[in-house]
Order: sequence, then C-alpha cells, then structure tokens
Amino acid sequence: MAGQTLYDKLWQQHVVETRDDGTALLYIDRHLIHEVTSPQAFEGLRLAGRKPWRLDANLAVPDHNVPTDSAERAGGVEAIADPVSQLQVRTLDDNCADFNIVEFAINDRRQGIVHVVGPEQGATLPGMTVVCGDSHTSTHGALGALAHGIGTSEVEHVLATQCLITRKMKNMLVRIDGQLQRGVTAKDVVLAVIGRIGTAGGTGYAIEFAGEVVRDMSMEGRMTMCNMSIEAGARAGMVAVDDTTLDYVRGRAYAPADDQWEQAVAAWRELHSDADARFDRVVELRGEDIAPQVTWGTSPEMVLPVDALLPQPDSLASASACESARRAFEYMGLEPGTAITDIRPDRVFIGSCTNSRIEDLREAAAVVRGKRVAASIKQALVVPGSGEVKAQAEAEGLDRVFIDAGMEWREPGCSMCLAMNADKLGAGEHCASTSNRNFEGRQGFGGRTHLVSPAMAAAAAVAGHFVDVRNWQEETQ
Amino acid sequence: MKSFTVHKGVAAPMDRANVDTDLIIPKQFLKSIKRSGFGPNLFDELRYLDEGQPGQDCSGRPLNPDFALNQPRYAGASVLLARENFGCGSSREHAPWALDDYGFRCVIAPSFADIFFNNCFKNGILPIALDADTVERLFQAMYAQEGFALEIDLPAQVIRTPAGEDIAFEVESFRKHCLVNGLDDIGLTLESAGAIRDFEAAHRQRAPWLFDRIR
Repeated sequence: MAGQTLYDKLWQQHVVETRDDGTALLYIDRHLIHEVTSPQAFEGLRLAGRKPWRLDANLAVPDHNVPTDSAERAGGVEAIADPVSQLQVRTLDDNCADFNIVEFAINDRRQGIVHVVGPEQGATLPGMTVVCGDSHTSTHGALGALAHGIGTSEVEHVLATQCLITRKMKNMLVRIDGQLQRGVTAKDVVLAVIGRIGTAGGTGYAIEFAGEVVRDMSMEGRMTMCNMSIEAGARAGMVAVDDTTLDYVRGRAYAPADDQWEQAVAAWRELHSDADARFDRVVELRGEDIAPQVTWGTSPEMVLPVDALLPQPDSLASASACESARRAFEYMGLEPGTAITDIRPDRVFIGSCTNSRIEDLREAAAVVRGKRVAASIKQALVVPGSGEVKAQAEAEGLDRVFIDAGMEWREPGCSMCLAMNADKLGAGEHCASTSNRNFEGRQGFGGRTHLVSPAMAAAAAVAGHFVDVRNWQEETQ
Repeated sequence: MKSFTVHKGVAAPMDRANVDTDLIIPKQFLKSIKRSGFGPNLFDELRYLDEGQPGQDCSGRPLNPDFALNQPRYAGASVLLARENFGCGSSREHAPWALDDYGFRCVIAPSFADIFFNNCFKNGILPIALDADTVERLFQAMYAQEGFALEIDLPAQVIRTPAGEDIAFEVESFRKHCLVNGLDDIGLTLESAGAIRDFEAAHRQRAPWLFDRIR
C-alpha cells in the first residue's frame, strides 16, 4: 500500500463516518467566525431552536466591515459611520453574547483579520481541521492543518453539529525547489503557481506546497502561499510540519503548554507526506526562475513577471482565453504590448489576509525607508493585519517609516482588499495591492487591481510605476 | 429547503468564463444580515450602468441594454447557461441566494468552483456540469430560438431540450436525495449525534490540547 499524503492523514484523523456514496462526516476542530457570513447562520440556529455543539471550538472576530481610520475606529461599534456596516458588526457582538462564543471585539488588541488572528493566537494549530465562512481560510493550512472556506449554510451546520458533510479531495503536490532571488517573496511564488496552473487548476484538489523553497520559507510566507490556494481553485493548501512550524506555535496564547506541548509535538511530527505517498498531480517550479510577479488583468491567472510586456490576446492558447483577455484589457484600460513597468498605480494598498503580517510590513518598510511616495500616488494605505501586528510594528518604528514616506498608517481590518468599509478605489483607478483578488470591482466600483508583493507595492508607491524590486537600492537606516 | 424535482424554464446566458462571486453579487450587498432580497442586485455591475447601494430601490436605476438578463427575450429565465469555472472566488453564499432570489433554479456550465457548487445545493439550486461541447451546443440553440426552455428532471438526471434531445447529467446521490426531498442536512447529521459524540471522546483522548482552551 502506498504511503499517505499530509492531506490523507489529516482527513483520516477527522472522519466520523463515511457513507456509501463516498461522502463523509468530517469533525471540525476550529471554527472561525466573522460578521459577514455568520448572521444568517445564527438566525438559522435560533429558528430551529438549536444551540452550538461545542462552544470552545469557536472564535469570532469582526474584520471585513470595520473602519481602519483611527478617528472613526476610536469610538468603537457605535462610531461606525455606515449604518449597514455598523448593524452587521453589532449583530456579531449580539450573536456571540447570546450564544456564549468568545469574540475579540472591534477594539480588542487581539482583533484583526480572522486569518491573521487565528495563527497569531495559537487558535489554529497543526493537525486541526479549521473552517470559516471565508474562502481564505486556506491560510491556516500553513501550520500543517486541513483548513478551508465554507458557505453560510455550512457555518450553521458546523455550529450545530461540529461536523461538515463533505467528500475527499484529490491530492496535488506543488514542489518549488532551488533558491529564490533577492526581492522575490512567497507572494511571487504563489502568483507564479497560479499563472502556471490557472485559476481553476486546483479545483477539486487539496494542494501541498513542498520543496526547498517552502522549507526555507518562514511561517508567514507559507501562510501567504496557502492563503492564495483558493485563487488557484483549491479550497485547501497546506505545508508539512517542521521545526519552523513548531518554533512559530510555541508559546502562543491558545497553544498547548507543558506536558501537553510535548504530547502535541509528538503527534505533529507525523504531519508530513510519506516518502512513497501518491499524488494525483505534481507541479514543479524552480525558485530561481521566479521573478517578481504583477497581475495585469481581472483574474489572478492573468499574471506576468515584472519585466514582461502585456500579452497580445491573439497569441493566447484558446478562444476563451483570448476573449477573456480582450475583456480584461478593456476593463483595465490597458493595451497589449505595454511594459508592466509602464503601468502607473493611482493608489497603493499594503494589507489583507495575504500580506499584512509583521514580516510583510518589514519588507515594505525596508523599501520605502528614507524615501517618499511619488507625487502621482493619490493614497498609499498600510493596514496591519491585527492589533498585535500593529503594536509590534510600532515597537519597531515601522509606522514612522511609512508615515515619513507619506503613507497612511491604519487600524487593523480587511480594508481595501474587498472595500466593504470606506477604503476603496475610485472608478478607473489602478492600485498596486498586496491583496489576493483582482476581479472587476473588487476594490471599488470600476477599480483596477494589480496584485503584487509588499516589496513590489512599496517600490511602486515610491517610483510611481511598477519597478523590478530585485534592483531596488535600499537606504541603510 | 425547497425541493427540486422536475423544473422547466427559459434559459438565459452568462457567456463568459471565470464568472466570480464578486460579479454575481458585489460586496456592498454582503452587509445584509438577511438571506433574502439579493435578487435585484444579482450581477449588479453588469446589469446596471451606475454603482448600486444596499437598500436602494433598483427600479429606477439605468439598465445596461447590452446585458442579456435585461433583454425581453430572457425575461423570467430560471435556467442559467454559463461557461467554465463559474462561481470562482469567495465563499459568499450570497451568490446562490442572489441567483435564487432572482428566480434561477439551475445553472449549467462546463465546470464550477468548489465552494459555490456546494453552496448551491444548500439552497435548492441545481448546478449541472456538462462537457464544454454540450454546453456550447446549448448556447447556440438558445441564441437561435427565442423562448428556448429546458426541462431539468433531477430524479431521472436528464435535461430535455425543445428539440427532444435528452442530455444525461451526473449528481452525487446524497446531494440528489437532499435536493429531491428538500431535506435539512443539519437534521440528517444530527441523526448521527451518537457517532459524533463517540468520535469526539476518542479525539479528546488523542489530542486533549484541541479542547477547552478557548472559553
């Protein structure tokens, strides 16, 4: 019998029962909750007279709607200017109070983007099944967990039963060996993977990221990669547990301690694919071959190395790709053959569950330190992923680096990644964004998103156009 | 959940690949704490020429005349013909809620994104994946004939075309069972409450650190 993949092991450890047609009841260890996809689920529980199955499996935090402007934020929920957003955040508070679910409320220091908060607090751990009504739940797979997004009906189902009705996915291995070039980051790696397999390439699969580049990567880099598995179509991305994982988890608020730590570590050491494990699909990239990436269109798969020219639609492989490219050029207001380095963003957004952790902020700060944002940039937002990240960045003086460069230093939340709060693009504006989706209207009606790494976004803010950060001259302190 | 057995309705096109859930229902409408009322904002950015706001009366908004659903021939459509990777992007169940509220009962496409596909079944909507050539034939037949309607027979797993052709489709048996009978799957899962409790006790034994820490 062939060995097991990491995903096979995580799956097997959580199956309650399997039905004849191949669907299974999968036990869920951690359920993360935010304000947008939960109100209808709580309402469903109420209408059916049901209670949560297991309170201590749940953790809630408002993130999508919260204002990031310091003045508006200071007044808490009552001060949220948009009444519809305010009601949604208030509804989460009320539901958590009614059902006795632990919530990090709007101005709790531990509040932040749910996918930043979970690992940061040790609320998501290796070996867990983790779900949340949010597709970027794949982030937590970086810990060696099985983590994926669910819809609101499933939020209600997990609350009521601690299980999901689901079916096993296929296994995909994405192996990146070699070394990354200076200035190339986890964000560039995952964008390159999406460029290779396409936005539906991972549909039906759980992706395991492996290889020398992934082993050398920090936990936060692994989170960035797993976060965007969904942009490759895969609900779940994951990385095997190693010393980097254990060093990250040790000492976190909800992580096991003392005797339980040793017991947990012994179990977590098994969380890797066996040498003879069989994958349904294997994709291989070389680290050296990956340049800083920039998306130019309206799907994450429309991505190119920064030194490329925009494609000629006629040159694309299929009629469908050609049609999609034409539509994307029209929406983006760009011409085939344009150099990516000639694209001039109007705004810059550094943040989101993809890239708002402390290492992301350090990476961006190193690029802008001692420099100024170009006059042509209308706004450059830096939005830390959580109160803890914000405090750490301020302790390191990164906030001053950004402010001195002419950037805005904000309160934690999802912000301009999906523009549910006041942070959004105007029609026709281009944005260098460290977020995860460049769909039409995603960052604001008519807005035009270019997905990049924090370093690339910061460099574009200073230069006023995209530049190859591999050649960037950093100021020394 | 409402049941789905045999449904016949006019087909309408969403003729582009990779339609994402932001396109199906833009984020400003996700602020609602209700499950209903999303229909007027289905495909909002394609359907109207202005930017929509939550709570707004859409009856006076300028329509995009080029958008298929605004054309009289597709009025009352309840079957959506779409292209590959339909429903990609976020997990928002507001996407199937918007389709349902508009009146769609069935979406036919060469492929779907996983989370959207799953969310449809929870809301009485049947997503059907057919090979790309068959979907293309249905598109052409629909464009050629005003009022082109399809009959979807879920118990028989067959789509019947106006020309009398029967197109078979696949559906997982458990999902079919729930949809045909309009079953609440929480109720079904709770029939296994004993098995869940047994699993949980053993799981706690194996991995006690997973319990009782967040409270």
